[in-house]
Amino acid sequence: MKKYSLYGLIRNSFNHQENWPRVWRSLQPKVEYDVIIVGAGGHGLATAYYLAKEHGVTNVAVLEKGYVGGGSVGRNTTIVRSNYLWDETSYLYEMSMKLWEGLSQELNFNLMFSQRGVLNLFHNEQEKRDTARRVNSNRLNGIDAELLNTEQVKKLVPILNTSPDARYPVLGASLQRRGGTARHDAVAWGFARAADARGVDIIQNCEVTGIRIEGGQVTGVDTTRGIIKARKVAVAVAADTSTLASMAGLRLPIDTHPLQALVSEPIKPVMHTVVMSNAVHAYVSQTDKGELIIGAGIDHYNGFGMRGSYSIIEGTMEAVVDVFPIFSRLRLLRHWAGSVDICPDASPIISKTHVKGLYFNCGWGTGGFKATPGSGWVYAYTIARDQPHPLNEPFSIERFTTGYLIDEHGAAAVAH
Amino acid sequence: MLLISCPWCGPREESEFSYGGEAHIVRPKDPDALSDLEWADYLFMRNNPSGRYLERWLHAAGCRRWFNAERDTVSYKIKSVYKISDPAPRGDE
Amino acid sequence: MKSPLDSSRSQPYRLATGGRIDRAKPLTFTFNGKRLQGYQGDTVASALLANGVRLVGRSFKYHRPRGIVGSGPEEPNAILQVGRGALTTPNLQATEVELAEGLQAGSVNCWPSVEHDIGAINGLFSRFLPPGFYYKTFMWPSRMWKTYERFIRKAAGLGVSPKEPDPDRYDRMNTHCDVLVVGGGPAGLAAALEAGRAGARVILADERRELGGSLLDGRDEIDGAPALEWVNAASRELASMKEVRLLLRSTVFGYYDHNFLTVLQRLSTDSTSISRPLIKERVWRVRAKQVVLATGAIERPLVFPNNDRPGVMLASAVSAYVNRYAVAPGSRPLVFTNNDSAYRTVLDLAEAGIPVQAVVDVRPEPNGPLPSRVKDMGIPVIGGHVIVDVKGTKRVKGVEIMSVDASGERVEGRRRSIRCDLVAVSGGWNPTVHLHCQSGGGTRYDGEKGCFVPDAPAQEERSAGSSKGSFALGDCLGEGLEVGAEAARAAGFGDGRVSTPVPTVEDRAEEPLKAMWVAPSRRPPVREHKQFVDMQEDVTAGDIVLAAREGYDSMQLLNRYTTLGFGTDQGKLGNVNGMGVLANHLGADIESVGTITFRPPYTSVTFGAIAGREIGGLLDPVRKTAIHRWHIEHRAVMEDVGQWKRPWYYPQPGESMEDAVNRECMAARNAVALLDQSTLGKIDVQGPDAAEFLNRVYTNNWLKLGIGRARYGLMLSEDGMVMDDGVVIRHGEQHFYLTTTTGGAASVFSWLERWLQTEWPELEVYLTSVTERWSTIALVGPHSRKLLQDLDSDINFEKSSFPFMSIHSGSLAGFPVQVMRVSFSGELAFEINIESDLALAMWQALMKAGEEYDITPYGTEAMHVLRAEKGFIIVGQDTDGSMTPVDMGMGWLLSKDKDYLGKRSLSRSDCVRKDRKQLVGLLSTDGTTILPEGTQLVDDPSAGIPVPISGHVTSSYASACLGHPIALALVKAGRARKGSIIYAALRDGRHVKAEIVSPVFYDPQGERQRV
Repeated sequence: MKKYSLYGLIRNSFNHQENWPRVWRSLQPKVEYDVIIVGAGGHGLATAYYLAKEHGVTNVAVLEKGYVGGGSVGRNTTIVRSNYLWDETSYLYEMSMKLWEGLSQELNFNLMFSQRGVLNLFHNEQEKRDTARRVNSNRLNGIDAELLNTEQVKKLVPILNTSPDARYPVLGASLQRRGGTARHDAVAWGFARAADARGVDIIQNCEVTGIRIEGGQVTGVDTTRGIIKARKVAVAVAADTSTLASMAGLRLPIDTHPLQALVSEPIKPVMHTVVMSNAVHAYVSQTDKGELIIGAGIDHYNGFGMRGSYSIIEGTMEAVVDVFPIFSRLRLLRHWAGSVDICPDASPIISKTHVKGLYFNCGWGTGGFKATPGSGWVYAYTIARDQPHPLNEPFSIERFTTGYLIDEHGAAAVAH
Repeated sequence: MLLISCPWCGPREESEFSYGGEAHIVRPKDPDALSDLEWADYLFMRNNPSGRYLERWLHAAGCRRWFNAERDTVSYKIKSVYKISDPAPRGDE
Repeated sequence: MKSPLDSSRSQPYRLATGGRIDRAKPLTFTFNGKRLQGYQGDTVASALLANGVRLVGRSFKYHRPRGIVGSGPEEPNAILQVGRGALTTPNLQATEVELAEGLQAGSVNCWPSVEHDIGAINGLFSRFLPPGFYYKTFMWPSRMWKTYERFIRKAAGLGVSPKEPDPDRYDRMNTHCDVLVVGGGPAGLAAALEAGRAGARVILADERRELGGSLLDGRDEIDGAPALEWVNAASRELASMKEVRLLLRSTVFGYYDHNFLTVLQRLSTDSTSISRPLIKERVWRVRAKQVVLATGAIERPLVFPNNDRPGVMLASAVSAYVNRYAVAPGSRPLVFTNNDSAYRTVLDLAEAGIPVQAVVDVRPEPNGPLPSRVKDMGIPVIGGHVIVDVKGTKRVKGVEIMSVDASGERVEGRRRSIRCDLVAVSGGWNPTVHLHCQSGGGTRYDGEKGCFVPDAPAQEERSAGSSKGSFALGDCLGEGLEVGAEAARAAGFGDGRVSTPVPTVEDRAEEPLKAMWVAPSRRPPVREHKQFVDMQEDVTAGDIVLAAREGYDSMQLLNRYTTLGFGTDQGKLGNVNGMGVLANHLGADIESVGTITFRPPYTSVTFGAIAGREIGGLLDPVRKTAIHRWHIEHRAVMEDVGQWKRPWYYPQPGESMEDAVNRECMAARNAVALLDQSTLGKIDVQGPDAAEFLNRVYTNNWLKLGIGRARYGLMLSEDGMVMDDGVVIRHGEQHFYLTTTTGGAASVFSWLERWLQTEWPELEVYLTSVTERWSTIALVGPHSRKLLQDLDSDINFEKSSFPFMSIHSGSLAGFPVQVMRVSFSGELAFEINIESDLALAMWQALMKAGEEYDITPYGTEAMHVLRAEKGFIIVGQDTDGSMTPVDMGMGWLLSKDKDYLGKRSLSRSDCVRKDRKQLVGLLSTDGTTILPEGTQLVDDPSAGIPVPISGHVTSSYASACLGHPIALALVKAGRARKGSIIYAALRDGRHVKAEIVSPVFYDPQGERQRV
């Protein structure tokens, strides 16, 4: 891997930057791999990277039906935080956060991970209790969390409407200073480049159409580019999880919904901190380019169409203008949708299945982006050792049978 | 923005409806006779197909009746709506 | 030759005649602080050009000087900050802002001025700044990113946000129509006419201030007369049709599912002189049976070295400025083209008396009727040549051209210089397929036309005219008529046949263009002077090649990596050329390198316009009880509970919240107090199977509940978790009345309906939500019975005839009421149910009669304290969706001899775990510390992080009647731990010792409520 650096940029300026190598190789799939990962999104690529790095498993293919990073990793609102409610989820997201904190250097790719702080506003007494409970739990779990009152919130984000006359006045907020944003596409590219450098084959335009199972053991996959053999197949396809599961005769507790987002035209910086409000439903941060990036709510119907209903956009704009009255005259530049796979308890599944060698990592709902490195890390462990890491053991498929649900609807922020 | 035909009221805006997820999931008659695994299948497991889907809707801001719809989850086109008591339409693909 | 320019010195580039401007209405405006003049009918862009202003902005990355390129929504460069103070608006395109008196506009993203911009230093370092350079650096040392980012953010953004709330208002309008025609050019007008003639309800929307579309910009003739006469006639006819609605200044910006489209209508131009508030914009939400897309086409620029210099413009824009605005964008124009349409611009310029220096045409021998006509006029046409450089920095001073070799891919021979101050370029046309693609339709590449044209529609939609790739005026008119008639027929009007002949036009045939995504030049793109593909984003042909080499070699990856198409113009000019440059580099068909995603909105839309009126107090409905006014008059502090406003506490002068709550609690315990409890959900349940139905949805048994009796009930979700609770009353054999929590009212009602309709249609049960119909007043305290007995009533309130958990109907102080003897406080209490319109009077009557008992109104906080003293839970506060009834100590409510929703889930292995969290009481051992709600509980205060957590505090209050604080908590295996110590871990690191006790702190035998 040719190292990226300022020095490299300067040196390459003498040859017009023409000598940078491909970020990942362009390849034909081999006949057989040790591990096939389905889906070259953030989670799939991170899994491939950690398989190679942590477990020395490098005979790995990542199969992608479209292009690298074309799914949710390139469609989210780029927020990273780890302030979840339950211990199980907190450990997982905090492990991810720790990986984020050194990831640009580790991958030698600037992910623009920016710990600008994440505010979660609360607007009523019950939300205040719930927020306090979450902050307190975070602190005991070693996750930075503060509880702010209205004045402190106002000081941090002066443009916020903190009037007591608001329909739902801001009563305070939790603040995770280590939370922030990262450049979403770069996460996919950075993991792809680093995995490729360790020998992982990334195959674009290669759709999996079937999963081959013999005697309860996975033997490979059918693809639009032929049969590819492997004794381990790990699925990381988010929205299309149920489709892949059905290829193996499985049903999962997953529903896929559109989730929309939007950006404004770029303006000079007006807000530094990420602001999220669950009750009023506004999620806003400002990118380094100056755009306001805004998360909308989930469309309530199942949908894979990468688009949602306009009424969701309206509701989001109402909330944003209400929480930030000075934004009224700004202009919406574009809106789009991704598809999110949601579990009934708003927590993910990172699990073996009853088919030997078949693994699923899904159900991240709205929380997938921030979990990318951690998810890849524990999934790689699970695949390499054929047993879950203690961090993802609670997130098995079995929890839906035993009843050991991990209900993160409150902390998931976007109402599911 | 979907335009949904309520079987009783006719075509109405999506915003008048609430969504009920997958249709034709029948509550087991004798839950105690089921294993935990079977109960979990009823409770949580869903088909979630990309394509033809039979789903439930409630005309919440209208007649408040539940009904089923046959909708494509990719094109979002609604092929038919039918009453809860009607049998599932046969897929013709 | 006589100068064609206006002699007035104020607008040196204004043509003396022509244009659709009102010269009788001069308007004064400022640009970057300088006072200028224009006319009514100008855009800011045309007025700037009339004043000779060429340098209007700076580019985003390199801060290169930029001028106006286009004449409409495609404009990438002329991005302005318009207005001052609260009315300022960033990032408006000069081409889209109508000129108004007093308008103030300025350049964005430059400092100290657009003429002298420090940021231009970036241009010097551009060789270090390839696309995506930021991914390759700023990584070391790792903690420095914050510092780097601070500098990067300084460079962010174009214009500035207002600093004050918006004084303007915005509307929403819902409408239906049979045929929505998008675009009021020749095709759209023809379509609207035919659909209207067939009797269909038609909406015709156009983004400009007047109809005509491209006809406004050109000099076409229809039926032997100037085309605008036809436009006027068409407008008149449309205006005369009752079922036709014309929306001008209205951009259809979104095409969503099921033929739902959104239109932004600009109602007032921004001007400081208009009094506020006014309705600035309106969003029309249109559900159309059929849609006609007559959205026209946008000219494609040519990509060549230094093609971004101020004075390089689209040929079509040059024509528009000359014809529509009577402005000469230059005095020595040169035209650079690969097609015939640009020759119309040459003719327009010639007609206006502006001498065209030359036409540089990449095609070796342009010999069609249009080029021939130009040649006949003596204008030099230089075939087989391309521009290889543009001279001048802040305005064009000339070009250098070279001839193209036989391969068509390289230049050869000597460079020739030509002086000029304007370069009109045309690289062909891109049909405006945005809405077609938003609706789900695809596109295909038409090699002959050199553009992407719409493929089969995905919805009830038809394209016509230029937006379909039919650029000739006659075709536009003909197709417009056809699709108008067809759309009307599809909507149920007419027979689909065109009712009138196609107007005759003299279409000069055009020879085929030579598609060219980047002009051949002396060096390969990476080493060439910048050849801009996307001007606003500063993406060059070389950038695209570099990105593709690194593997970002499909359109989607390329867009994301280089930010091609991510500017405020959404890549209207750059995207297709970018795709072509990528295809060239890969040696692939343009169609095979990916797709351009057309995301809504078509052009940017004001946040406020999308939000409409539903902000501020109208963000969400406010629900008030029938007694609300009284609470306000009595200085209640209100609390938001869902959408409801509820009295939280009633402070008397000088009282703190704590004082008030203590007083209210003590009144309930020792005298009499009353609570407005009207927000509880109330559902009337009737029918022969009502009892059976309740048996299935509640955990306990209802078959044997006596008439006139009440019982507490618990509902579970199907996965066994506590969902809601409330008191259920039996009015009759087949008649129940149930109450829900305030927050659960709507969801429980839906839940019941769902089961009834979808799962148990055989049950004959009728549900009615009566939450608003009935108001409920809880009268609480030892004096409550006496107070009621003081009132005139036919109800016997004595214990013997009115026992606990029973109900009586009758009259109270002259009001018809139902009185229930239930208690959420543990005191003797009566809940009075009364028709809501009588509730206030009832309340007042109780207050009056209660004076002698010192009756005290109390709010939700005191209610919480009273119930916590009794260990009564609040669903949603003491439960969180993960608690079973057994966890909450309510196992006694679970019937063993019937099935009910959620029952089966309770026997799963996790639900019978011994160490589940359970409801307990907590007492701080110091007897004084109130444990903050939400505090986590730990067993080992010295444990290191992560600290094992054993539970958390759900409710916590000072208890005035007990004289010490109390708390409810959920603690792992808590019930078996009564008497043991646990520690509340405060955020400041302190630990408060607490004893685990029973959750019932007050009157554990329940004697007081039964007296």
